[in-house]
Amino acid sequence: MFATLLQATGAGDKLVTPEVPWSHLAPQLILVVGATVGVIAAAALRGRLRRSVGAVGAAVVAGAAIVSIIPLWHRVSNPAQGPISAVNGAIGVDRFSLFVTALLCAAVILASFTAEAYLQREGLDGPEFSLLLLLAAAGGSVMAGANDLIVMFIGIEVLSLAVYVLAAMHARRISSQESGLKYFLLGGFASAFLLYGIALTYGATGTTSLLRVQSFLAERVLTDDGLLLGGLALMLVGFAFKVGAVPFHMWTPDVYQGAPSPVTGFMAAAVKTAAFAGMLRVFVVGFASYADLWRPVVGALAIASLVVGAVMSVVQTNVKRMLAYSSIAHAGFVLLGVDAASAEGTAASLFYLAAYTAMALGTFAVVTVVGGSGDGAHTLDAYRGLGRRRPGLALAMSLFLLAQAGTPVTIGFLAKLGVIRAAIDADQWALAIVAMLTAVISTFMYLRIVVAMYFAESESESDDRGELRIPWGVGVTIGVAVIATLVLGVVPGPLEHLSDDALPVLVAVDGR
Amino acid sequence: MSAPVFAAATAAPFNPLLVMILVPLIGAAVVALMPKARADLVRQVAVIFSLISGASSLYLLSEFVTKQGDFQFELRHAWMKSFGISWHFGVDGISLFLLVLTGVLFPLAIVAVDPGHDHKPYYAWLLVLMAGSMGVFVALDLVVFFLFFEIVLVPMYFLIGLWGHGDRIYAATKFFLYTMFGSALMLVGIVATAYLHQRGTGGDWTFDVVEIASKPGISTGASRWIFASFALAFAVKVPLFPLHTWLPDAHTEAPTAGSVILAGVMLKLGTYGFVRFGLYLFPEASRFFAPVLLTLGVIGIIWGAICATMQKDLKRLVAYSSVAHLGFIVLGTFSLTKEGIEGAVLQMVNHGITTPALFLLVGMIYERRHTRNIDELGGLQVSAPILAGFFTLAMLASVGLPGLNGFPGEFLALAGAFKGARWWAIVAASGVILAALYLLWAYQRVFHGAAEGDNATMRDLRLVEGLVLAPLCALIIVLGVYPKVMLDRIEPSVTALVEHMQHAEGGGR
Repeated sequence: MFATLLQATGAGDKLVTPEVPWSHLAPQLILVVGATVGVIAAAALRGRLRRSVGAVGAAVVAGAAIVSIIPLWHRVSNPAQGPISAVNGAIGVDRFSLFVTALLCAAVILASFTAEAYLQREGLDGPEFSLLLLLAAAGGSVMAGANDLIVMFIGIEVLSLAVYVLAAMHARRISSQESGLKYFLLGGFASAFLLYGIALTYGATGTTSLLRVQSFLAERVLTDDGLLLGGLALMLVGFAFKVGAVPFHMWTPDVYQGAPSPVTGFMAAAVKTAAFAGMLRVFVVGFASYADLWRPVVGALAIASLVVGAVMSVVQTNVKRMLAYSSIAHAGFVLLGVDAASAEGTAASLFYLAAYTAMALGTFAVVTVVGGSGDGAHTLDAYRGLGRRRPGLALAMSLFLLAQAGTPVTIGFLAKLGVIRAAIDADQWALAIVAMLTAVISTFMYLRIVVAMYFAESESESDDRGELRIPWGVGVTIGVAVIATLVLGVVPGPLEHLSDDALPVLVAVDGR
Repeated sequence: MSAPVFAAATAAPFNPLLVMILVPLIGAAVVALMPKARADLVRQVAVIFSLISGASSLYLLSEFVTKQGDFQFELRHAWMKSFGISWHFGVDGISLFLLVLTGVLFPLAIVAVDPGHDHKPYYAWLLVLMAGSMGVFVALDLVVFFLFFEIVLVPMYFLIGLWGHGDRIYAATKFFLYTMFGSALMLVGIVATAYLHQRGTGGDWTFDVVEIASKPGISTGASRWIFASFALAFAVKVPLFPLHTWLPDAHTEAPTAGSVILAGVMLKLGTYGFVRFGLYLFPEASRFFAPVLLTLGVIGIIWGAICATMQKDLKRLVAYSSVAHLGFIVLGTFSLTKEGIEGAVLQMVNHGITTPALFLLVGMIYERRHTRNIDELGGLQVSAPILAGFFTLAMLASVGLPGLNGFPGEFLALAGAFKGARWWAIVAASGVILAALYLLWAYQRVFHGAAEGDNATMRDLRLVEGLVLAPLCALIIVLGVYPKVMLDRIEPSVTALVEHMQHAEGGGR
């Protein structure tokens, strides 16, 4: 594959197969191999495995991937060595890609614990669920490190295919099927847009390598850059679809509503993170010289996402749809950091994504519990009186919601502060003001859920929905998310350091 | 400053500021972990923790060095280094008495009112609220200030929503969203302040109030915009006309302890913010916007008085009287004279004593009669003479009778306004008369006349209730007769602030 690529870009007449320094790709390899071995084992031992094996296995594999990141992080942080790349410069190993990979793995761990409880309750078979999470994370990790647009495409497809299946995972629920199909069809369109954009970019610059695109644009001034602009626009459409930015958000409410709740949480947290990582890498770094042209478009996407996400979330009555629109608004906030097109902006975006990962996974873990058997109780009514029935659960949910609203002493506040700072630093005053005003509108929606949980009188005491069970898996997820939301909101130092350092760099150094 | 000898006076054995913030937080955690069934125990624990915090505010008062305008008991600890945010705390004469007020009011509010149900979360939220209120008054970093300024919304939201009366959900949500709306733009303003200051002075990013004020680097035009964003947040909190409509709802529907804290402490966040972050950081912009704010303040005085006169609900009447009283504070602040600002600070504290006393009394009446409708009450002084006596005292203080604590602040604020903003002062002075009108009229309807039905058999104050009211009433008299205790400590800081403003404006940019 790479060989043909190289040939196409005129690397030489002779086929040169690049040497692959496998150790640099350890996190991705662990994820892929773990998933593959898991699928085979599941098929061979069908029925003889306890259900929780899948979740625990996925968590162990993702944990191992995180562990493998630590030496790599130290290595690329070492000023004597610096960031490196693998496979002839096609995959970058820098602190940016490592940070995003670690974030995705953390999301896998939390989501698989929630999923374990969900599968148990719904009587669904299958360690496949957790293993698909691993594959998705591997795809996202490739996206975060892609120094080549084709590799980016491979990453996005691996991620998306896994998530399409995950969305349709609840085979007995028609809404889950519908959600998967919708996501698949619209996602296919988005991929096509992205691929077409890559093709046009290739046509304009003669290469798909971001590194060579960069040097190409540095050396030459294009007198007619229509082709390149078309390519940029189409790629932006593809990414905007994946992050769920307005006006490419249409799928979000339906898919979020229909997908199994743990999957929705994973989509909100991990898919968004991976797509934004790709976007940051391609636009902020690869096409930095065209920033003046794409920034206004990203700014417009941000404003549209903020306004539509906030306003539409208020009029929903289904909590999953509310959270879907709120995730659109959050995408708008992250776009603020992308729009800044600066080191601060990238760091702020990463911080925001990390914060949102914790908050979203926690929120959807609660949603999973409240959804009840059949995963259908997602109206506001289902939350009525939750403060009495399960005070702990209601308190955790309130914390996640208030954190998403940006209340201080939670990580959500610092995330918002970071992107606002980046926007003002880039002289985007209007964006900063719109973002804060829409945050107030979103707050109203979050408060509606809080009101339902605490203040609404349960009209009929006899309406006994039965005791909500909180299985241990969900308990773990919620507990970790609560700790992350609160502790990192007070002591953000560690995460702040990591995200500040995690800047994408384009290098072709196949270090050893 | 004139007395460098006292410079080392902050060598107290411990720093009370941290105790004041952290102890209630720990208390909230302890309360949250206690068994649900032991309501009395929960209450005792809450009282103890709030008392420790309150006692350290009194300790702060005793250790505070008079005749010194600088910040004392300063603490600084880096929080987010790359952003230039630090936990920077400090007290000066302007914030000192607001802290003491917070320290006194919370234990009283906790002792005075029994929530009736869900004791555990109730006391936990009150303690969180106490920590947040303390934090607002000691924060000397813009982000840390914003953090506390916002966090107090959450406990108050739950207090109104869960333990309030009537239309409590509507009131709680309205309260939350109004304040949130105000402060949303302030966050942009805060980041803009740090950004423009960094660009203007060429240093590092910093959100430190003292540093930003000491090295001006923000252009006049920009500082006006930023001031406007701050002013909006504070105007909602004060509240200034026409942003005041959340206040009557929130005050009326809140449980008594909530009203006490709202009136006593939380309304001061706005007026305190104007002094600390408006005047101090943006002197020129404050002068530029002073006519607008003076006008809104005066409208508030008159409008609040007119609305109060027309209320049928006794609690709502007291709530509207707050709108009027807070108007005087704004008037004094934006007269931008030394007397005016001193009066404003004095009035912040004094309003924080009299109005909570009135709310407590209204709460006690409501508890007995289950109505706050003025028409259904009458002749209460026959059945409850002691309650009537306390009410008379608090009401007269609220009217501004000389010799009681309402007078010196209002007088100084008006005197300052007369120097700096004469025409506004003249209109505002009529508000004093209106206050006498609506309060005395209400008193007459509620306490005079013949008592009928339940009014005739109403029980008088219990001992505990008397003990709760006694400290407030003692303060009403002591601070009315001898305001010098406070002025000695407030004056140097206000003088320093006024000099700072003159210097900053005179120095030009």
